[in-house]
Amino acid sequence: MPKTKPVLTFTIDGKKCRTSPGQTILEAAKANGIYIPSLCYWEGMKPAGACRICTVRVGGRYMAACTQPAAEGMAVENDVPDIQDMRKAIVEMLFVEGNHMCPTCEKSGNCELQALAYRFQMLVPRFPFQFPVREVEPAGTKILLEHNRCVKCLRCVRGVRTRDNKTVFGALKRSKDKKIAVDQALASALPEKQARQAMDRCPVGSILRKEVGFAVPIGKRKYDKKPIGSEIEKAEG
Amino acid sequence: MPSKGLVTAALGRHRHDRARLIDILRDIQAQAGCVSPEAVAEIAAGLGVSTVAVEGVATFYHFFSARPAGTYAVYLNDNIVSVMKGRAAVAAAFEKAVGCKFGETTPDGRIGLHRTSCIGMNDQEPAALINGVVFTSLTPAKARVIVEGMKAGMDPKAMVASFGDGANASKIVRAMVKNNIRKEGPVVLAPFRSGSAIKKAVKLTPEEVIAEVKKSNLLGRGGAGFPTGLKWEFCRREKGEAHYVVCNADEGEPGTFKDRVILTERPHLLFEGMAVAGYAVGAKEGVLYLRAEYAYLLPYLQKVLADLRKKGLLGKKIAGKTGFSFDITIKLGAGAYVCGEESALLQSAQGERGEPRDRPPFPVSSGYRFLPTTVNNVETLCAAARILEKGGAWFKDMGTARSAGTKVLSVSGDCKKPGVYEVPFGLTVRRLLEMAGGTDARAVQVGGPSGCCISRGQFDRAIAFEDLATGGSVIVIGPQRKLFEVIHNFMEFFVEESCGWCVPCRAGNPLLLRKLEKIMSGKGTPSDIADLESWGKTIKAMSRCGLGQTSPNPILTTIQNFRELYESKVDRNRDFKPEFDLAESVKAASEITGQKLAAHDPENPHA
Ligand SMILES: Cc1cc2nc3c(=O)[nH]c(=O)nc-3n(C[C@H](O)[C@H](O)[C@H](O)COP(=O)(O)O)c2cc1C
Ligand code: SF4
Ligand code: SF4
Ligand code: FES
Repeated sequence: MPKTKPVLTFTIDGKKCRTSPGQTILEAAKANGIYIPSLCYWEGMKPAGACRICTVRVGGRYMAACTQPAAEGMAVENDVPDIQDMRKAIVEMLFVEGNHMCPTCEKSGNCELQALAYRFQMLVPRFPFQFPVREVEPAGTKILLEHNRCVKCLRCVRGVRTRDNKTVFGALKRSKDKKIAVDQALASALPEKQARQAMDRCPVGSILRKEVGFAVPIGKRKYDKKPIGSEIEKAEG
Repeated sequence: MPSKGLVTAALGRHRHDRARLIDILRDIQAQAGCVSPEAVAEIAAGLGVSTVAVEGVATFYHFFSARPAGTYAVYLNDNIVSVMKGRAAVAAAFEKAVGCKFGETTPDGRIGLHRTSCIGMNDQEPAALINGVVFTSLTPAKARVIVEGMKAGMDPKAMVASFGDGANASKIVRAMVKNNIRKEGPVVLAPFRSGSAIKKAVKLTPEEVIAEVKKSNLLGRGGAGFPTGLKWEFCRREKGEAHYVVCNADEGEPGTFKDRVILTERPHLLFEGMAVAGYAVGAKEGVLYLRAEYAYLLPYLQKVLADLRKKGLLGKKIAGKTGFSFDITIKLGAGAYVCGEESALLQSAQGERGEPRDRPPFPVSSGYRFLPTTVNNVETLCAAARILEKGGAWFKDMGTARSAGTKVLSVSGDCKKPGVYEVPFGLTVRRLLEMAGGTDARAVQVGGPSGCCISRGQFDRAIAFEDLATGGSVIVIGPQRKLFEVIHNFMEFFVEESCGWCVPCRAGNPLLLRKLEKIMSGKGTPSDIADLESWGKTIKAMSRCGLGQTSPNPILTTIQNFRELYESKVDRNRDFKPEFDLAESVKAASEITGQKLAAHDPENPHA
């Protein structure tokens, strides 16, 4: 029997939006043609609320749009100057926290961090570069972990599991020393498809399937053609 | 390290239960002195999980180490009160007598020297933990005696020369820790006869118990101040195959130690409060999450639990009430401040990294084992028991209109009588300073680093949720102190204790600390103060949990209340002053080549 989905209405920057209960603000925004910048979010994965770039304000309180369910009557502030500037500050924090040499990166042009920096028109970070000493580490036989670029979005930790449901990637340590690592044996045994998927889902060039980094040349990649978020804004029509 | 046998035994002891990974790791660390990569691999195989899952947990907590921490692992507290009370000299004495630096272990693996965040002994600093045994009020001379003892192979317990007061001196605790109870109030620290709360509770329906707690206006004492009755009601209403009561005894906020004293002197009141909560929300099981630093109280607390079971106040048919059973287990942490945050605590209690969860869902609907749970502070649960004993109206009569009852404060720093004070809400800071003998203070840190630093002009402010809210920490800062040193110590704490999950807290706090250091070094300009304010605001707004949302407070509240201090440190006539010091950065090269750098003016590099 077809049940009509219950509908709730709320607003984003004054624009009326409709969605079904249980949807997050981020998903609901997307369905209503509104782009809320995000980085750690990946459709279909349990949201992590890790990057905080999707932060919005409701009734004076800040919350991550990717984890907060939309509620009836909510008035969400999204595209307002002070929030946009704080989001930009987070992108800048990520640039100084790691070592991002875009021109030499396998991911350049497909990188979501780089694309966000363009979208926010970041010229030079307001923060001093930290130049941490980080390494490139073989993670099993198929993958390289380029720690200089990792933004700790946890997509790899959340998304890659073996058939018997073991995690392959994990986080070590805490604070600024936090670091992604793999179970070497499980990472070596990853089927080709999963290894590729891990690389493709990594928003930056931190997970690299060996030997395929420049298969698509720089200049012909996703965000070389269109800015991030434009696919959502266009759909609104 | 022959870990095989140890791992097998530990896994067996904890029934190969993934949720008990922290217990397993605690055992290995205690017995082998480290959690080696080999041990990680064996544990992972034994639990049927990936190595990285085990390593992730093992590397999260301060008291686990991949390399041997020493047969004797010395953890010297480095919080600001320890520094005020002479930590540097004690540390130097340890280093000299041991023959290695802090952060190192002697080549023979015998003694390791490590730093650690506040261990809940601020009224008797400098203090250290050695293999879990507490050493308080250390001096260089005492440090030397301790090192001799370690070199002679003595059991740290046998090196405790004299015992503290109250239960600290009991056979089962035998700790040198002092209670320093300076003022007993009527709610928490007054004498309590076991049974007098729960017996009254079970005569009421659970709904009536909740109504009584609501009537009392009790607000949570752990910091957030959420109404306890309402939390219990939410929890009770949730459906789930089980409900839980979790007591938060993580007490990690630097400068707080009142829960330690309650656990030592009023554990039966606390456990009865948990039973009352269990009755109210419909829970059969309670968990006390005890910070690792207080593990020395574990055997004692286990005994109190056993006594209560014998008396029929825990277990089945409690206080004669058919159908009401409730029991309590104790779970130990392993060194992480963030585990005081309730959702991180729940993760830790389930054997995970102590990383906060996203909310919603809140613990009342998805808490311990993802089932409905009320998480309450030690003092909150004690107050709840007392409310059942004496009535909600009695409780509400004390304190202020918004903040009912009393608050147990931990007072430390530059005052004559550091210790625990149970006072009615509404007490002014000035009155408290008079009681504690600290009236010449130049500043008072209320609520720990995450709270607020106030100046002399604000001493008439009141300790209450509507004015100066505090989980209990009050640090008195005397006129001789450099405030920047205090702020710096607090910021280092937050940088270190960030769980690292979210960007603003993980990446932002180190940037704040660096900027602060720039100002402290005399290289700041007015724009640096503005940056601190703006960056601090961003970190507070964007962070995922209460740690990041309060971590800029040491800086922001001092800019607000001691602005002149910052302004006196910066060069007001300039917009920019280079941090880069050419002479300093080529020093090594100059030494090698023997060439001196020509006089150089960084302001005018081409001169
Ligand atoms: C970083 C951080 C540390 C905390 N530490 C503690 C703690 O040590 N003890 C505590 O009771 N609450 C602590 N809290 C507050 C808890 O999250 C929670 O609000 C409290 O345990 C609820 O109990 P209550 O309602 O009885 O206050 C902390 C919160 C944060 C954000
Ligand atoms: S390796 Fe990539 S996917 Fe994994 S946390 Fe780092 S940035 Fe995210
Ligand atoms: S605010 Fe800090 S402690 Fe809290 S989740 Fe973020 S990184 Fe972790
Ligand atoms: S996308 Fe929401 S926190 Fe990262």
